[in-house]
Amino acid sequence: MSAVIAELNALVLGLFIITTIAMTVARQIGACMQLFIVQSLLLAASAFLLGASPVSWHLIALGCVTLASKVVVIPWVIRALVPGEVHQRRELSQTIDVPAALLISLGLTLIGYAFALHLMRSAPSLSPGNLAMGIAGLLVGLFLLAVRIEAVPQLLGILAMENGAFLAGIAVAPDFPLIAELAIAFDVPLLAFIVALLARTAYRRMGTTEVGGLSALRERVH
Amino acid sequence: MAQSIALNLAQIAFVLLLSPLFAGILARCKELVQSKRGPSIFQPYRDLRKLFSKDERVPAGSTWIFRTAPYVIFIVPLTITLLIPVLTNFPLFMAFAGDMLAAGFIFAVSGLFFTLAAIDGENTYGAMGASRTRMVGFLAEPVIIIALFTVSFVANSTIPYIVQQHWVHPIANFFAPSHILLLIAFFMIILAETGKIPVDNPSGHFELAMVDESKALEFSGRSAALVKYGGYMKFTVLAVIFLNVLTTPWGLASSGSPAAVLLAAIAVSLKIVALVLAVVVVESTYAKLRLFRIAEFLGAAFVVSVTAMVTDLLHL
Repeated sequence: MSAVIAELNALVLGLFIITTIAMTVARQIGACMQLFIVQSLLLAASAFLLGASPVSWHLIALGCVTLASKVVVIPWVIRALVPGEVHQRRELSQTIDVPAALLISLGLTLIGYAFALHLMRSAPSLSPGNLAMGIAGLLVGLFLLAVRIEAVPQLLGILAMENGAFLAGIAVAPDFPLIAELAIAFDVPLLAFIVALLARTAYRRMGTTEVGGLSALRERVH
Repeated sequence: MAQSIALNLAQIAFVLLLSPLFAGILARCKELVQSKRGPSIFQPYRDLRKLFSKDERVPAGSTWIFRTAPYVIFIVPLTITLLIPVLTNFPLFMAFAGDMLAAGFIFAVSGLFFTLAAIDGENTYGAMGASRTRMVGFLAEPVIIIALFTVSFVANSTIPYIVQQHWVHPIANFFAPSHILLLIAFFMIILAETGKIPVDNPSGHFELAMVDESKALEFSGRSAALVKYGGYMKFTVLAVIFLNVLTTPWGLASSGSPAAVLLAAIAVSLKIVALVLAVVVVESTYAKLRLFRIAEFLGAAFVVSVTAMVTDLLHL
């Protein structure tokens, strides 16, 4: 890997973690989704950069699969299925206020970094940065899942975790079999499809997609 | 040494003479974006001349702080000019007298005096603006500290003349994530510290919504001129630190000959105008944040600066 490519990849990683953190504090579903698209683009960019020299077709194919499934198909599925009013709503409910969420995300990033440092000592990988930022992305995605109440941001949280896992994965196992990647490429849009349908039904029935409030079952009293 | 001192004086002259022009260009471009004609780009000079020739009034109960503060506010950016590379890329007479941290501390002195003077001026809005500016200042402080940590990690120094050389030798350093993220965080800090949208609206005339402007309400005549002038120069000095030290250390004079210095002055002016245009874009596309959202804006800057440090610590 040449020095400039390494630095560019590192820059992509930095932006990746920033978009992930921004997803936890974005105030509109539309903004959250755009951030997710940017995050997926950055994941693809990292795969392309790592696959450029020496040329690794696995990584380039992974980048293409990411572009197709996460930049095009998933946002389209969500936009098509979830009613427009949900996207336009401002001021999403959040269980933690924004500065606190920012600080916790930062803490998770540092934990991911420390964790990756341990891992790297036992097994050197292609790009240590990818491993660290991938684990951090995984943790922040999990946190995003926990702080959001609405269905769509929660779905985006799962997808962000998945992006983080991929980012770590391309550093640890660059020659991952392509069939597994293709399986994931079909699996994840299906997941998006199901959750979007769920959100659509929930919105029709209750006028909200705050599935976080559905923890208790309630019988209808006649 | 004589040449070094002469160049230092040239740098001061540059900041002193051109700062109002950059403010004028900023104001004019903002008006142009809004499809208005706007004042001439030389309007700040006329404002200053008018204010300097006017009589001065001070509030009856105010103390010496109110009278000294304008001079402190005026002198501080000029002092910092001595420490940073404005026109040359080789160290000048005062280069090693202080580093970027020192520049931050010296700016804090002017901030302190401005705050005290605003409270001293017995105007309710002044005290309110003072407390708000302090709030922004406290929130900006950790970002500045982390940013300087990152600089010292990366370049092994916080002397601006040394830091400046680091980013472009070799050129791969320029694309280092810590560098790019640092720039984003520093740009956000410039917006916050010089009272620009989205933190503060510099052209607002509604006292209740003011953050930075209301501190200067009680100043008149020469004091008002000095405070205004100090504000213009603060922006120029921060822009010079951002451009010449952190972003684009190109176009500076590498010898002390008058021709090279003149060329550098033109190049640096062009760079500052480019930054001014970037600020115009930000100011025209964003709305002012609600007061308690400012914490989120600066929180975002903090996240960016910490990410810059973390990606550097990874030694990628």
